Amino acid sequence: MAIHQPSTLSEACALLATHNRGSDRDLAPSPLVPIAGGTDLYTHWPQRPDEHAKSYLDLSGIEELRAVRWRNDSLTLGALVTYWRLIQDRTCWSALPMLVQAARQVGAVQIQTRGTWAGNIANASPAADGVPVMMAYDAVVELVSSEGREEIPLADFYQGYKQMRMRPDQLIRSIRIPRRSFLFQRFEKVGSRNAQAITKVGVAIARSGAGWRVVANSVAPTVCRCPTIEALLDDKVTVRGPDDLATALSQDIAPIDDIRSTARYRRRVLARLLYFALRESCSAFE
Amino acid sequence: MIEVTFTLNGSPTTVQVDDTERLLDTLRDRLALPGTKEGCGEGECGSCTVYVDGLPANACLIPTFQVKGRGVETVESLDPARLAPLHESGATQCGACTPGVALTALWILDQPELLKTHSLRELMAGNLCRCTGYNGIIEGIRKGLTEQAAREGRD
Amino acid sequence: MKRFEGLEKLTGRTLFIDDLPLENCLWGATVRSPAARGTIRQVRVPNHLEGSGLVLVDHRDLPGPNVVSLITDDWPILAAETVRHRYEPVMLVAAESRAAARRAAAQIEVVVDPLPAALDFRQTPTAEQIQVGDDNVLKQLKIERGEVDEALAAAPIVVEGEYETGAQEHVYLEPQGMAAWLDGEVVVVHGSLQCPYYVESALTRALDLPAERVRVIQAATGGGFGGKEDFPSIVAIHAALLAIKAQRPIKLIYDRGEDMAATTKRHPAWIRHRTGLSEEGQILAHDIEVVLDGGAYVTLSPVVLSRGMIHAAGPYACDHVRIRGRAMMTNSVPFGAFRGFGAPQTLFAIERHMDVIAKQIGVDPVKLRRLNLLTDGQATATGQVIDDGTDRQQVLSRALDLSRFTYKRSQHTAFNAEHAYLRRGIGLACFFHGAGFTGSGERAMKSLLHVAGLADGRVEVLSASTEIGQGTTTIFTQIAADQLRLDPEQILIAQPDTWRVPDNGPTVASRTTMVVGRLIERACDNLRERVGLDAAATGTELQAALVAWHEEHPDEELLGSARYQQPPGIEWDDETYRGDAYSAYGWATYVAEVEVDLRTYTARVIDFVAVQEIGKVLNETLARGQIQGGVVQGIGWALLEECRWQEGGMANHQLTNYIIPTSDDVPSIRVAFLENPYPHGGQGAKGIGELPLDGPAPAIFNAVAAATGVDPRVLPLVPERLMELIEQ
Repeated sequence: MAIHQPSTLSEACALLATHNRGSDRDLAPSPLVPIAGGTDLYTHWPQRPDEHAKSYLDLSGIEELRAVRWRNDSLTLGALVTYWRLIQDRTCWSALPMLVQAARQVGAVQIQTRGTWAGNIANASPAADGVPVMMAYDAVVELVSSEGREEIPLADFYQGYKQMRMRPDQLIRSIRIPRRSFLFQRFEKVGSRNAQAITKVGVAIARSGAGWRVVANSVAPTVCRCPTIEALLDDKVTVRGPDDLATALSQDIAPIDDIRSTARYRRRVLARLLYFALRESCSAFE
Repeated sequence: MIEVTFTLNGSPTTVQVDDTERLLDTLRDRLALPGTKEGCGEGECGSCTVYVDGLPANACLIPTFQVKGRGVETVESLDPARLAPLHESGATQCGACTPGVALTALWILDQPELLKTHSLRELMAGNLCRCTGYNGIIEGIRKGLTEQAAREGRD
Repeated sequence: MKRFEGLEKLTGRTLFIDDLPLENCLWGATVRSPAARGTIRQVRVPNHLEGSGLVLVDHRDLPGPNVVSLITDDWPILAAETVRHRYEPVMLVAAESRAAARRAAAQIEVVVDPLPAALDFRQTPTAEQIQVGDDNVLKQLKIERGEVDEALAAAPIVVEGEYETGAQEHVYLEPQGMAAWLDGEVVVVHGSLQCPYYVESALTRALDLPAERVRVIQAATGGGFGGKEDFPSIVAIHAALLAIKAQRPIKLIYDRGEDMAATTKRHPAWIRHRTGLSEEGQILAHDIEVVLDGGAYVTLSPVVLSRGMIHAAGPYACDHVRIRGRAMMTNSVPFGAFRGFGAPQTLFAIERHMDVIAKQIGVDPVKLRRLNLLTDGQATATGQVIDDGTDRQQVLSRALDLSRFTYKRSQHTAFNAEHAYLRRGIGLACFFHGAGFTGSGERAMKSLLHVAGLADGRVEVLSASTEIGQGTTTIFTQIAADQLRLDPEQILIAQPDTWRVPDNGPTVASRTTMVVGRLIERACDNLRERVGLDAAATGTELQAALVAWHEEHPDEELLGSARYQQPPGIEWDDETYRGDAYSAYGWATYVAEVEVDLRTYTARVIDFVAVQEIGKVLNETLARGQIQGGVVQGIGWALLEECRWQEGGMANHQLTNYIIPTSDDVPSIRVAFLENPYPHGGQGAKGIGELPLDGPAPAIFNAVAAATGVDPRVLPLVPERLMELIEQ
């Protein structure tokens, strides 16, 4: 067990190459667990003694990962950019407002100042709030390892519950979000209370020249795009009420009953959130 | 055990801690600063709020190794005079959530521009209180802001 | 006067039990039952733990009987042969660090042969589920007045309704915790608690020690709400057992998860009303059935049931009343004291029922209440004639005015017709809360209180009443200072310590300011008399007299004392449940305005008005804070807080999944007081601590009904439940 605190990304990649690569990984005494803001990793820490004995790769000292870069056509978030950092960024309020809306609904200020966008992706929770808005904005995840870099669209990043297209020796270096002009965008989060709540059902909707994007969370093993709904919107199918969306939705989502809500509630509410949001912008919605 | 050096309440501090120890335990058990309370250990209640590099954060979710080289401030660093409006408004009852409430409240007083984009109730949502119903807390901050603005107007 | 210890709390200098250093201490942890019911076959301690210096305690280490002393001797300190609920304590461990103790406890396995568990208090238990008597009934009570069956048969209208409320977790922000050590022959327990003498009597019995060998000291206590009335006895005994076995000081501090899973909660309830009414809506007869889930052991259920039943008919006049109640044993964590103590459950039912009646017979809900509210000279369900001079109609009117009730109602009609998915509604609840112990409780308690005149001229209040956030220290200082005409700085409030303070009863039942406050006044008078002064004496004269007395009587203690005296005219019969159930009542009307989002089926309180008559308001800031805090706890109970049970255990025992309101979930709570000083309460006060829990839930439910047209009767009204009602 050890704590590694590299100050550069190449050091971090070298450490991962040593500890977490391929078949060597099974031989290594303890693979490294990367940690950024720690807000997911450290919950209930005293009750999880097995994890105290693991080895950690602390990313927080890698200053190059803190950058927020606005370009004409994109925003690039370094892996250590926190929710709070974007909440404070007035450009973001106008250019990519759903990022700010989602950030404000992650925990409360004390979480927003520590939690990172990249961590939200890497924690791979189906209830993540940052992921749906990034996915609706067609975010691309940049991965690095000592072998080089790789870019994966966030929409293709998840393969199943907590399954990611990412090797244990790779790190998220940045997230690139294209800047577009949007005809419509809306983020809706339903938690069990107004603040400090884990999402029971949520959705991010964006419409740009690239088409419709509808991304839902907490209704499937991963945060997921809803291609059937997107096609229905592209085809301007007439929708008379939330129930008209239910059939299409059932192709896209697979909600479950759990400690926070029921599958039935998640289905119904998602259809209703979509219906009332889209009614404002789609002539096909009556 | 590892050694971590950081600035604590303005003073350089070096402490030996267990590798994955939480900042909350380091403050309470090793540095004799029991003002930071543990209410849940899961980042919900905010009783363990501290400032890290000037921003409020939950000490129960921070590995001590992550504050290496950073500035940490706890409730013990607060100026009691600035807490008077919260005292008068009934912002504290049992006192268990109160240190965290005091830290978040004074952080807001330090940057009233936050209120251009956020409500006080949104900013305080990370500090659960079971006694006051939040009125006393919100009123105290509002009072503090008003008094502060009046003072600044005079200067 | 500002809160006495307010600045100390705001600056983090108040030290709770977990904050206090305890030299050379070991840390305790508790091994608990994995099953709701069964026979303990074995407690498996892994080999590597045996002989590792770990201290282990089980039921065989108890010097005295294996019971937590409360009402009935059924609550084991450590389960011996059988377990009756999940998380029931079976074994204790102590180790050199908190982490080591926790690790060891997690490695010890309690092997239980399961038995059929009774998990639903509403269902008649099957033969194999019977564990208490021949029906699992822990306690049965009946209140009867008049000719109920005849009145019901003769009533032109009979309205029936069933109502249900769920468990509620206290979520005091400081979890349970105790330290224990040996001081020579004496066992000292120091910790988070409401009632030092409850803990003392539980300890002396369990440890088989005389009172002089047990000392209980309250530490700063981070909230209680009833949750630190009954349960601390068990934590204290556990800590003491470990300290005795280890011969070292012990700290036993629960973390949040353990606290939520293993400690008592508010009783779930099922309540059925059958109400006979005249055509105009006058209540002619009440037939009410109250069933509480008592959980695995009796704890305080009989008294909770009793208070619940006494409040079950609401603040209304009716000559023919029958209230039958029972508390059922089930295999879940024992339900215990929680702010309101049964009354929130039954007042929820009657006040929701009043709106159900109003709708059914087509009478305005305000008018229905006006028609039936008690007026002086009329009697409550127990036959207690109310004659306190409070204008209950005025309390109601004030709440309607402040909330602009009528205006809001018409405004909502327009809003609801227009908005695509938001619906607004406003609802009210009229209620009362009996202050102090029920019936002859105070008379039996015979509370004793001292104030000590000190040699330096200051005065110290010696009381077992605890500061748990509600403001005891401030109010006691204020009362003593006023009574003696001294500056508040001249008053000291002793730390509750059974070796220093007399037993003036537990800090429960909204009795501290009213009952104990009055004792302080009388003890102060007595102190003045003892130094030869009369009531006209100034503070300066008194202080001079105290100093002089001590010069004449070196090393002697100068005490003014008072013992509880029942206010005149109070009659109560414990057998028939007839008479003056409480010496005083607080009266209130609460109004809630809600907004329901039909997309998410979420009800949100957008305005709240709380109007009450509580005798004299002694400290406006503190009183307001009590009301606001209670209202928000009530909003949580009504809309958010749901214990999710899995085989008798609370599955959501984390603050992530058990949802209490944040600042962003509630509006500013608007509070108004009407004052009608109560001559037998401290400075004219009546109790207020519990009252604010009673009103929010029914007011909110009535508002949701007004907003949506549905008829919600099961609490909490979480969105999933509201969805089912709306979609029906």
